[in-house]
Amino acid sequence: MEFILQPWPWYVAGPIIATIMFILTYFGKNFGMSSNLRTMCTIGGAGKFSNFFKFDWKSQQWNLIVLLGAVIGGFLASQFLTNDPTVDLNPKTIASLQEMGFENPGSTYVPAELYGLEAVMSLKGLLILIIGGFLVGFGSRYAGGCTSGHAISGLSNLQIPSLIAVIGFFIGGLIMTHLILPLIF
Amino acid sequence: MKSIKFLLVGIVFGTIMYKAQLVSWFRIYEMFRFESFHMYGVIGSAVGLGIIFVQLIKRFKIKSIEGQEIEIAPKDKGVARYLLGGTIFGLGWALAGACPGPMYVLVGTGAFSILIVIAAALLGTFVYGLLMKKLPH
Repeated sequence: MEFILQPWPWYVAGPIIATIMFILTYFGKNFGMSSNLRTMCTIGGAGKFSNFFKFDWKSQQWNLIVLLGAVIGGFLASQFLTNDPTVDLNPKTIASLQEMGFENPGSTYVPAELYGLEAVMSLKGLLILIIGGFLVGFGSRYAGGCTSGHAISGLSNLQIPSLIAVIGFFIGGLIMTHLILPLIF
Repeated sequence: MKSIKFLLVGIVFGTIMYKAQLVSWFRIYEMFRFESFHMYGVIGSAVGLGIIFVQLIKRFKIKSIEGQEIEIAPKDKGVARYLLGGTIFGLGWALAGACPGPMYVLVGTGAFSILIVIAAALLGTFVYGLLMKKLPH
């Protein structure tokens, strides 16, 4: 039981993620979470504005159910399978975050400086979440997939386009982490 | 009843995302600073095993649960959309610290400010749909 309550190591997580991809493929589907954003746009009536959203969303209903399961999984894991919700970071990472003004790096899963009530109530904090989310939504659809669709499914199928996309993920991530975040905080 | 299996897959997905701390903003930040092996280990071992799974499906022509031959569609060819779209996605991933799977898992953990990120991601997807014909692909 103690092992379950501890954070799970990479060699447990990686193979389970690969197995999830395999099972969804076996079910005749595919592993790709960002498609749900398009499906929800379609349900919301976005087909009136662009043909991109004109498709039978019921064909993607299964993926929305996976999404619902992910919410439940997050609830169960955080409520019942974890007794210490801290993130054990590299001391160098902690030092760099403290330098930017983060008070308790790793004391929670998400930083209060971005997700806390005070941050969300400020214009700067709100803009960070809105811009971050917008870029994720826009970029994943432009690239035709996200971490699950390209980095896991696409690379597993040895797809060059997915490799290019993952290189893009890193170009963007490195620019944000090393150049832009230090300017914001 | 057919839906139950997808719900179970989702629950396992959400659990693993949370328990391996893949939904943590801090882990993403640490990854992009190359100060931890954790995220690379997760993605690397998932892809390593994933390659084997895909090869097994292809070599042994494994049939789906409904008895049909499994076809894994190749991605469309191109460079611009993957490089540009990928870079835009990466900027958002490192800023919000959540990609399109973990953002839902975080809702379940009670970090409700993530709903702002989800709403903005929906808007981003919608705007892509409006602009897609004008973008290089």
